[in-house]
Amino acid sequence: MQSAGSKRGFAPWADPSVRPLLRLESLSKRFGGFTAVDHLSLDIYEGEFFALLGPSGCGKTTLLRMIAGFERPSTGRIVLDGIDLAPVPPYRRPVNMMFQSYALFPHLNVEANVAFGLKQEGLSKLEIARRVADMLALVKLDTFGRRKPHELSGGQRQRVALARSLVKRPRLLLLDEPMAALDKKLRGETRFELMELQRRLGLTFVIVTHDQSEAMTVADRIAVMDHGRLMQVAPPAALYEQPNSRWVADFVGDVNLFEGRLGDDGLSVEGTAAGRLRVAAKSEAEPGQVVWVAVRPEKLRIAPEQPLTGLDNSVAATVVDIGYLGDTSLYKLRIRDGSQIKAAVANVGRADGALALEQRVWLSWPPEAAIVLTR
Amino acid sequence: MRQNPPRSFWQSLVVRIPYAWLLALFLVPFLIVLKISLSQSAIARPPYTPVFDLAAGWHGIHAFFAALSFDNYVLIGSDPIYVVSYLKSVEIAAFSTLILLLVGYPIAYAIARTPRHWQAVLIVLTVLPFWTSLLIRIYAWMNILQRDGPLNALLVALSIVKEPPVWLSTNTAIFIGVVYSYLPFMVLPLYATLEKLDESLLEAAADLGCPRWKIFWLVTLPLSSSGIIAGVLLCFIPIVGEFVIPDLLGGSRSPMIGQTIWMEFFGNKDWPAAAAVAVVLVCLLVAPILVYQNQAMRAVERD
Repeated sequence: MQSAGSKRGFAPWADPSVRPLLRLESLSKRFGGFTAVDHLSLDIYEGEFFALLGPSGCGKTTLLRMIAGFERPSTGRIVLDGIDLAPVPPYRRPVNMMFQSYALFPHLNVEANVAFGLKQEGLSKLEIARRVADMLALVKLDTFGRRKPHELSGGQRQRVALARSLVKRPRLLLLDEPMAALDKKLRGETRFELMELQRRLGLTFVIVTHDQSEAMTVADRIAVMDHGRLMQVAPPAALYEQPNSRWVADFVGDVNLFEGRLGDDGLSVEGTAAGRLRVAAKSEAEPGQVVWVAVRPEKLRIAPEQPLTGLDNSVAATVVDIGYLGDTSLYKLRIRDGSQIKAAVANVGRADGALALEQRVWLSWPPEAAIVLTR
Repeated sequence: MRQNPPRSFWQSLVVRIPYAWLLALFLVPFLIVLKISLSQSAIARPPYTPVFDLAAGWHGIHAFFAALSFDNYVLIGSDPIYVVSYLKSVEIAAFSTLILLLVGYPIAYAIARTPRHWQAVLIVLTVLPFWTSLLIRIYAWMNILQRDGPLNALLVALSIVKEPPVWLSTNTAIFIGVVYSYLPFMVLPLYATLEKLDESLLEAAADLGCPRWKIFWLVTLPLSSSGIIAGVLLCFIPIVGEFVIPDLLGGSRSPMIGQTIWMEFFGNKDWPAAAAVAVVLVCLLVAPILVYQNQAMRAVERD
């Protein structure tokens, strides 16, 4: 079904001989009685675009700030290139951060902002000017060098912040919600620019975001976090198609869950609200154990008549809510036990076969569309 | 530049009240002082001529203007006592403003970095001396700085000095009194700018390779420049014209300009000369105010 690799055939995490660039070992951070990061271990590889995804307050920003050196870990180690970063102050770490607020120096113009980090390295004026010019050209701000941050638009400020953190060619670039302040359209374009930039420069990016579509678009691998712990680490497609828990399935996209008991053959789940459900892949759970069948809304088929394929994986339902989004329509349907099912249908034709409220329909899905979750 | 919407009658009235205030309580008194400075001292009531008299008609007004002269300004320029007095005032003000900045900046910085719920307490403590009259506080300093006062007793007890030094009637005493009295005027504007300083800018500087002292120099200090300018002007300008502190704590040999004006008025009863000294002082002080205005305008445009 899914390969372990990402969309560009890049999968160093699947190769045990590759040494990770960054290794987090049982890292914890407590603020008083509150545990922001809880014994978290993670490997990030050279050239990877890695996303930390989670709801607000899940500890992802704290994790980033520990890597940057702004927070001291309560326990555990941060190892970069084989070197423990604990005694290294932020200004000596080969790591740069792009701040959510951008944190541009308001008293310096764009050039001086970008040159700031290079000046600290004691490079020659000529070298600094050349690298600043190159970097500004790369983010398409060549003509804005003399402007002050307050004379730029939000999108331009974001590029300056990006240029400023990239110009030092860090071993690791940390991006804290880099697109949170942009409007939706610009955010969409910026995602692809960010990916292109990362590939062209060959640097390692770690992005923090609460936006799952952002993480899915840009990242080679995504770590889903909740309450300071890793819930799952996987490439986007694997995360979406093979979530390891109901929490991840629900957090990454929408999902319909049917609770039941695993059948003796390991390929069916008995006694759900939709009757007996069949799945394609054998679950490692014990027969008789309580499990959940997860089906994504877009994998459901809606038909006016009961499908001929049989009674498995089909259920009668009533349309209770319709959300028309243009490209897709989202339906909420009620099945016989009163629970609600979400279905998404791509609007391929023009309003043909549109459903009406209170209409009686049949929902069905192939066994390959569903997976069994044990927790 | 932004285009302002047209104002209603009430809005424009509200905007004009400060101008009316300045006109009535600054510009008109200043014009009266300016007129007196162009008059001649006389034994009369009021003690100068000419006196404006509308009853004398057109001829009288002509005679009035003919009697005005710049003699007093010539006097100020020719008698070194005035020049020395101005220089001493500017010197004392400049030096004590520098001390105030060096003392006030760390205090303001520390308050701005304290947890928020403590900041209000510390600010109240900073302005607490204002609860007592300035005069009483300066008298208290006279007591402290006396030859057999608490300061010398302490210094002798700690064996820092053998012979108790003389403090009163020295420039040192003036500096102590001035720095003590004006410290809140330096701390408050500095605190106001430092408190607004975005913490993430400091982190960004550290992230880009700056050790702590360099962050202060490259980020904190330039971003608090508006507070520094406000604090410096709030201290420098009134210190130049300060009268009470040098009169009570300083020596009588070389007076500051406030004392010189006082002497002209009450000692020599020469109102025109005193007025001329005051007018020159105002002109000297307008220069730094204009600098400040310019800076403030630029700050407004930036936001």
